[in-house]
Amino acid sequence: MAVTLTVNGQARTVDADPDTPLLWVLRDELDLVGTKFGCGQALCGACTVHLDGTPVRSCQTALGDVGDGKVVTIEGIQGREAEAVRAAWVSLDVVQCGYCQSGQIMSAVALLAENKKPTDPDIDAAMDGNVCRCATYHRIRAAIHDAARRLEA
Amino acid sequence: MHMLQKLEPGVVSGLAAALSGAAQTPLSRRFVLAAMGGAGIGLVLGLRPEMAHAAPAGADTAGQAFNPFVRIAPDGTVTVIVKHLDKGQGIATGLATLAADEMDADWSKVTTQFAPADAKTYGNALFGGAQGTGGSTSIAASYTVYRNAGAAARAMLVAAAARQWGVDPSTVKVSNGVVSAGSRSAGFGALAEAAAKEQVPAEPKLKEVSAFTLIGKEGVHRVDNVAKTTGARIYTQDLKLPDMLVAVVAHPPRFGATPKSFDATAAKAVKGVKDVVMVPQGVAVLATTTHAAIKGRDALKVDWDESKAETRSTADILADYRGALTKPGLPVEAHGDVEAALKAPGVKLVEAEFEFPYLAHAPMEPMNAAAQVKDGAVTIWTGCQFPSADLPNAARTAGVTPDKVEIHTLWAGGSFGRRALASSDFVVEAVAIAKAHGKGVPVKLVWTREDDMKSGYYRPVYVHKVRAAVDASGKPVAWHHHVVGQSILAGTFFEQVMVKNGVDETSIEGTHGAYDIPNMKVELTTMKAGVPVLWWRSVGHTHTAYAVEVMMDQLARAAEQDPVAFRLAHATDERLKAVIRLAADKAGWGTPLPAGRTRGIAAHKSFNTYVAEVAEISLADSGVKVERVVAAVDCGVVVNPDVVRAQIEGGIGFGLGAALHDAITLDKGAVEQANFDTYAPLRMSEMPKVEVHLVASAAAPTGVGEPGVPPLAPAVANAVLAATGRPVHRLPFAGQAFKPA
Repeated sequence: MAVTLTVNGQARTVDADPDTPLLWVLRDELDLVGTKFGCGQALCGACTVHLDGTPVRSCQTALGDVGDGKVVTIEGIQGREAEAVRAAWVSLDVVQCGYCQSGQIMSAVALLAENKKPTDPDIDAAMDGNVCRCATYHRIRAAIHDAARRLEA
Repeated sequence: MHMLQKLEPGVVSGLAAALSGAAQTPLSRRFVLAAMGGAGIGLVLGLRPEMAHAAPAGADTAGQAFNPFVRIAPDGTVTVIVKHLDKGQGIATGLATLAADEMDADWSKVTTQFAPADAKTYGNALFGGAQGTGGSTSIAASYTVYRNAGAAARAMLVAAAARQWGVDPSTVKVSNGVVSAGSRSAGFGALAEAAAKEQVPAEPKLKEVSAFTLIGKEGVHRVDNVAKTTGARIYTQDLKLPDMLVAVVAHPPRFGATPKSFDATAAKAVKGVKDVVMVPQGVAVLATTTHAAIKGRDALKVDWDESKAETRSTADILADYRGALTKPGLPVEAHGDVEAALKAPGVKLVEAEFEFPYLAHAPMEPMNAAAQVKDGAVTIWTGCQFPSADLPNAARTAGVTPDKVEIHTLWAGGSFGRRALASSDFVVEAVAIAKAHGKGVPVKLVWTREDDMKSGYYRPVYVHKVRAAVDASGKPVAWHHHVVGQSILAGTFFEQVMVKNGVDETSIEGTHGAYDIPNMKVELTTMKAGVPVLWWRSVGHTHTAYAVEVMMDQLARAAEQDPVAFRLAHATDERLKAVIRLAADKAGWGTPLPAGRTRGIAAHKSFNTYVAEVAEISLADSGVKVERVVAAVDCGVVVNPDVVRAQIEGGIGFGLGAALHDAITLDKGAVEQANFDTYAPLRMSEMPKVEVHLVASAAAPTGVGEPGVPPLAPAVANAVLAATGRPVHRLPFAGQAFKPA
């Protein structure tokens, strides 16, 4: 059935059942493949997107539950926090395989939008749902602190 | 299991030696500049407009080929053709750095592209010429190749400029992508067309180390760091091709089982499902979307033939292995008289039985591959780690000759060894499905996380028994080490050359040689199990380093000596001693720690790289908390110090996650873990503070993808020993109670 949702500021209409996970709508119907499939069970965070500014796991968010909510993906994330996070990520060469990094960045941007100066425990709490098998955690932590400093400036 | 039947013996021995970290052949100085001809070498995908970003920057049309490794576009973009898979380890950056430095290129204009499957041009010298990535060989194998390629391109640019300007080539300078002589100057792009026609120098002059501008320098950023922070980087999982179907497969519940029959009625009723086919690996549901294929697979009913399946549980397998410890194994290493030395008067005897679980690689991108079988030809898209296996395996599966197979390598979301295997399991599965479907359309095989966790190829289970002794002066005088486990190489094309007298080098590498022990005996008993096994980041060193280094701490205690001093007194290799000293110094070894914290050290050479790690831990009700790890690394010449540090940091995290939590276990042959809840990866809150210190060295460069892993678990275990007085002989730590002494 035809469902209209707002993704990255645009109204998009897709032909999909309401029980379809948002992840597969984004990836297979809308070609927004920056949002990754990692576990399908909300255990790894690779599929993290923002729904009305809150980070959610798109693999466990049904299309029918999105309603009027505004979906933002890695392709559409903008603003001061997003810019600071990306600049920090590039400056510290955080990425390795990179497959989890869309989700990491979406979680980090949401953290900084809520908390301008997160401590290590704040970061651990906010980022614990995002798995990185390359274990870039050490640099993610440093990059979030770096992004926070950039936001202060 | 489909196995490669024929590979030239030299290829196999080189490959197996490299993958196992055994002696490597010296770097060849000979430089082969095969003519490129006009053949395009990039990805040419028939992409939908929305997917235009899937085409790599600087694709096949990007300007002039100077040699198989360097192209220059009219806009001055330098494309370095990368002959190894980058699965996060940063090899694209490393190889590009080598070529760009010799070219004096502008690093901001350097991009990379993966090489096609062509072992003649892109083979790995340390794999005997086979094309593949593994054994931490890429930099060692390619250091001179890429420097030569860059130096040759530079010489041709200089020659072209000299010819155009009518000046002597010796007066032409190159700096940061600009060629100049006197008042004249030109960018690489403007000279590329003419330069590519210049004679290719047979022995291009390489820079002196002091002239390096990129190699070994800080601040040379990764080539992939922007695309991987914007969501633009395309992996196999993201691939879309015209008319492509997505395949999700019902795999057997037990290893060795095969599909007997299936009922696809309900699966075919799922909207979007186009076909259901049986292949040797299982029953595949093909659909227009991933979600439809998953739903179709869930609705499938399959009857399995389990007559040849592995039906033992982990406890049964371990009991069988422990039983094997009571009988002599095959000799691996023997010198002196171990039994006499262990019984000599005045010695202190230490005995231990170690146990190591099956481990999954579980990279973030579950296994996948796209295949098209059409008009007698096969095209494959995947994060291809081992073209010299995948190409012939794909050809055999499709029933075509190898020259009819084309492989497009895409960036991979991790591997840790999983994407390099003799059987090419998931590549072959994709080809088999595409062939069975028979419509000639591309088919993207997608494994779910559960498929990835349950469908095999694990670090094998091992048990070790070690009996060792120190004499009255505190010197280690005897060491008897018996390893029992499955062979990674058995049943593969490696077996014929790499398994000698029944001994698989990958089972025992790292058990001996690091310390001076006058009486030593190492034995191996190779067991059979129906569980598919494979190298897992650092291969045999994943377990041998643990047994050796925990034992060394126990012996140091028996000798009443400090663990660092004890190692330094008995290590045989100055480079190993140097990393031990550096790690201990930087970690403040011997200085007081806050209450409740202890330190442990371990050091190990693997893949010709030396790493020592000091772990600082505390014990909580929840188990071991690793607070800080200080590592020292000697990998010879460092190409990119920050990439080296990143690999060691990652190796520490990867090793720690496994040591803390992980085990794949079997219940009557069925894997009990399915996803990241039951196979828990390391998470942010568990990541210690990490410091990596590099030893300045002029020695030949060696790899760093794997060597950060082996010392981590024993360093943590030795910190636990320091806290509790009790050694830890079983991994993972989860489920074991550690009480402070």
